[in-house]
Amino acid sequence: MIQLSNLHKYYGDKNRQLHVLKGIDVTIEEGELTAIMGSSGSGKSTLLNILGILDHFDEGRYLLDQQEITKLTEKQAAYFRNKFIGFVFQSFNLLSFKNATENVALPLYYQKVGRRERNKKAAELLEMVGLGDRAEHMPNQLSGGQKQRVAIARALVTNPRVILADEPTGALDSKTTQEIMQLFKEVHGQGKTIVIVTHEKEIADACERLIVLRDGQIANTTSKVSPL
Amino acid sequence: MNLADALQEILFSLKQNKLRTFLTGFGVFWGIFMLILLLGAGTGLRNGAEAEFTSDARDSVWLFSRRTSVPYMGLNANRDIRFTSHDLEAILRDIPGIKYASAENPVGSTSRADIVVRVKDRSANFGVFGVAENYFHIKKYQDVLHGRKLNAQDEQLQRKVAYIGKPVADQLFPNQNPIGKNIEINQITFKVVGEFFDKGRNGQMSERIYIPMSIFQKAWGQGQHYYRILTYQPESNVDPIAVEQQVVKLLKQRHRVAPQDRSAIQSHNMVQQVKEVNALFAAINSFIWFVGIGTLTAGIVGISNIMLITVKERTVEIGVRKALGARPINIISALLFESVLITAVAGYVGLVCGVGLLELVNYILKVIQVELPYFHRPEVDFQLAITAICILICVGVIAGFAPAWRAARISPVEAMRN
Repeated sequence: MIQLSNLHKYYGDKNRQLHVLKGIDVTIEEGELTAIMGSSGSGKSTLLNILGILDHFDEGRYLLDQQEITKLTEKQAAYFRNKFIGFVFQSFNLLSFKNATENVALPLYYQKVGRRERNKKAAELLEMVGLGDRAEHMPNQLSGGQKQRVAIARALVTNPRVILADEPTGALDSKTTQEIMQLFKEVHGQGKTIVIVTHEKEIADACERLIVLRDGQIANTTSKVSPL
Repeated sequence: MNLADALQEILFSLKQNKLRTFLTGFGVFWGIFMLILLLGAGTGLRNGAEAEFTSDARDSVWLFSRRTSVPYMGLNANRDIRFTSHDLEAILRDIPGIKYASAENPVGSTSRADIVVRVKDRSANFGVFGVAENYFHIKKYQDVLHGRKLNAQDEQLQRKVAYIGKPVADQLFPNQNPIGKNIEINQITFKVVGEFFDKGRNGQMSERIYIPMSIFQKAWGQGQHYYRILTYQPESNVDPIAVEQQVVKLLKQRHRVAPQDRSAIQSHNMVQQVKEVNALFAAINSFIWFVGIGTLTAGIVGISNIMLITVKERTVEIGVRKALGARPINIISALLFESVLITAVAGYVGLVCGVGLLELVNYILKVIQVELPYFHRPEVDFQLAITAICILICVGVIAGFAPAWRAARISPVEAMRN
């Protein structure tokens, strides 16, 4: 599903270059639930941004579902983000002036899906994440866990190939963290490929596979039998 | 993505900050409002200046026959020149580019108002003029108050009919409709067929009675068909000055007047005045557009400025949208649409208010019956309104472009890092 080979990423200008990713080689199979861990500055967020085509890389190769993700135009990048990838962020990033349904439906808006159809799909997904009764609520009327559920529903609404989550439970208490993690497992159970960046051990433990980054390189990868 | 969707997206973000939206729009509102007011006032000034003109077609030329001042071809100076009907025919025949030509002759020797006109027991002195066919095509800006102008049949059938000015009617027929009544000029009875008002010379040009040239010549025995005044209007596509020179040259040849004699045949036209007035108003108009566009530019800068702030404030939102699959065109078109919407609505309100205020001024001037010198009927025409709308949409696009461009270049990673 995801194939990275010898991926390098630099920040800064020529003289004071910061080598953030130093030759990442990793393959993530379809249907895997993978965690990426690493200390602050290890490059894990940069890696996730590159996986999500939010950021460019300087060397190497990235294949997403057999598609070459190198030197894309903005328009192509937008297409891949929209069609292939669902994002979940630490700070939820819901649009404050749209209610839950509208937030979930937003990616479909960029696919030119009609309003009626969008809202129908959004309602289904809100139901799935357990917020069927909060469809009309504005983000500021929702708790942190509920907001993240809305965000997960939004990530799923386009039926993407991969879900990328950047510290999805970083802003949540431990009880809610477990609930959200449970939700990720459910989604995974439906066959979705999921990559979660986290620094929480318990999240990592809940995943099938763990990739540890250290100083821009993969320190080790461990796989275990799915707890499901 | 359909229009209603896009509109709803934009209305959402506009509603977020009502005061700012209002203030943004106000700049454009004010620009268009001022532009419309200025243009309306400009038209008012122009109409006012036009009102100072006589009732003649603006490009008409009037030729007066007087006495020669130079001996020529064995003829003495101080010879009385009189135009004839043959001159009129010659002008029409020999000079290309003449639209209408006609003639005027006063009863009596001068054009002073010294002819006694009677109605039963009333009498008053007015100028009485025989006028040839097509005369009223040239003296076209008289207001017909009652009845009709003289026409070709009056001329051909030598009808004893009269077309009288408002002061004539007021004195001879106080508080009555003069149409169909008889008046007596030098013991000859004429029937009134029309009443007019001529604003020329502050209305003095209304103290006149016009009768057909044919009956004039029959009644006052000028069988030679002499005319004191000839007039013509050139076609609009010819050079009026050149035509005038040709006509004067022809008349001088026909009457054996020395080419250098400037007093025998005098021509009077308003081509020059009309040109000057037009040039003046073209200048005023350019000035108005300059000021108006300047004001509007301030509005554009205001919109751009505020939208740049909006873009900065909405950086995260734009980043999120991009992460969810918004293409650059989505971001740019949404912001441009927003900018065009604000400018179009605000500008349209400005347009309506501007036109409304002009109409109100018009209405008040009419109701209180004030005739301001050099200011008359301020107005804006439909075409101008369309132009203004087009300008507005361009303004919206221009104002929104820089902010939209900046928004499209926002990197989603940078945006969401905040």
